[in-house]
Amino acid sequence: MDFQLSFLLSADVLPLLFKGMATTVRLFACAWVLGMLVALLLVGLRAVPWRWLDWLVAVFVEYHRNVPTVVQIMVWYFGMPEILPRDIKLWINRGDTEFLFAMIALALNASAFFAEDIRSGMRTVPHTQLEAARSIGLSAFGALWHVILPQALRISVPPLINRALILFKDTSLAMAIGVVEMTYQTKAIENLTFRSMEVFVAATLFYLVASLVLMALGAWFNQRFPPAHKG
Amino acid sequence: MPDMIDLQHVNKWYGQYHALNDVTNQVKKGEVVVVCGPSGSGKSTMIRTLNRLEPIQGGRIFVNGEDIHAVGRDINVLRAGIGFVFQQFNLFPHLSARENVMLSPLKVAGMTKAEASELAAGLLEKVGLGHRIDSMPAQLSGGQQQRVAIARALAQKSPLILFDEPTSALDPEMVGEVLSVMKQLAAEGMTMVVVTHEMGFAQEVADRIWFMDAGQILEDSLPAEFFSNPQHPRARKFLSDVLEPRGAATLPY
Ligand SMILES: Nc1ncnc2c1ncn2[C@@H]1O[C@H](COP(=O)(O)OP(=O)(O)OP(=O)(O)O)[C@@H](O)[C@H]1O
Ligand SMILES: [Mg+2]
Repeated sequence: MDFQLSFLLSADVLPLLFKGMATTVRLFACAWVLGMLVALLLVGLRAVPWRWLDWLVAVFVEYHRNVPTVVQIMVWYFGMPEILPRDIKLWINRGDTEFLFAMIALALNASAFFAEDIRSGMRTVPHTQLEAARSIGLSAFGALWHVILPQALRISVPPLINRALILFKDTSLAMAIGVVEMTYQTKAIENLTFRSMEVFVAATLFYLVASLVLMALGAWFNQRFPPAHKG
Repeated sequence: MPDMIDLQHVNKWYGQYHALNDVTNQVKKGEVVVVCGPSGSGKSTMIRTLNRLEPIQGGRIFVNGEDIHAVGRDINVLRAGIGFVFQQFNLFPHLSARENVMLSPLKVAGMTKAEASELAAGLLEKVGLGHRIDSMPAQLSGGQQQRVAIARALAQKSPLILFDEPTSALDPEMVGEVLSVMKQLAAEGMTMVVVTHEMGFAQEVADRIWFMDAGQILEDSLPAEFFSNPQHPRARKFLSDVLEPRGAATLPY
């Protein structure tokens, strides 16, 4: 089998590949940001001393950890429009519905894992830190935000980076509902041209480089914000 | 002088254990009260109820006229008016000395960054750490960390600071530097409640000594009286244990 780099670089194929890559990166970035925000919200909700809220968060986390991610994406894409009022549905349909629902599903899925990673980090912060934070007049939320979370996040970075890598790979599941991200695009180009080797090498390299970039970011963060040592 | 602290029939239980037994006493504004007593007598429990780090099950505690344990009080506002210094310093390890001191002024008192930074620099200077302003806690000795913790409490601009064994976790050579800062505060008129076994400090600085045992304040006296003529047998035993562990009967006068 002959490998033709020129095929990948041709004016027909290269823009398609770039478009796929751009969609994957955008999907990942949006899902990561939304997922992190939801995760922080979940962590905050767990700090509220209401049993039923704790239970609700636990159900949320278990659903996202135990149901296959691709099913979660389909639930949003095929299930949500059934529930939503007609006007909202029409409004959403004017945009990129596939992208939006895939992004939400991936974000919520990631948020469940992010929240667990942050919570494990929080468990390593001694209770005396909370007491000290409260004793200077910070509210429960203020103590969480200014004292507990910054320490917990430093501890949580390695698992969070792992989780970001998984999220990056999981963006490929969005092809199940027709989001034209990198994997979908690869498959589409292959279907048309039968140049399997070239396109899959391109996709593999792309995912590999993205992983390396994320790991480098993690290493940088760990150096910039080293886990604080107890004095 | 009006009362800074007013404890009225305070009762606290840990499950079945009666940790504070009908504690009633007052601390006047500007007074320095040293609390001593054997291990497990309830000193930490008592001092931690004063800023509601521990809840109580009976009685009332007024600090500066405010009912600290009243339901519906904004405890954050009340706590902001009470400094607390812990045995283990409990500095925030991810923040520099300056940032530790700035946190309450910034986030609780609502100062601007510039104001808080200036306040922090001044207070760190005051506790003798002007040259370590931007150090991280892990880079500081125990004595230095405890002085940052005192500066952090001072940044709350509260008229009252509570100390729970502030020098017990320190190497002996660092005890003096922390005590001298505390002496300076006392001289400036700060109201202080200090749980400590440093009897030299108690003699020199305290206006009154509370001796606690089994969740009660058994003795409340002037330092001179307490050291020369302790009333309660358990106080006598405690003093001889603390001052002369080998049992020889010399008192520091
Ligand atoms: N969270 C808790 N749960 C149950 N019992 C407790 C708790 N905290 C303290 N106690 C008990 O209450 C009693 C008083 O404890 P406290 O820490 O106030 O003593 P202390 O006088 O400060 O002693 P030390 O000199 O050792 O610090 C002890 O018998 C202790 O075992
Ligand atoms: Mg104690």
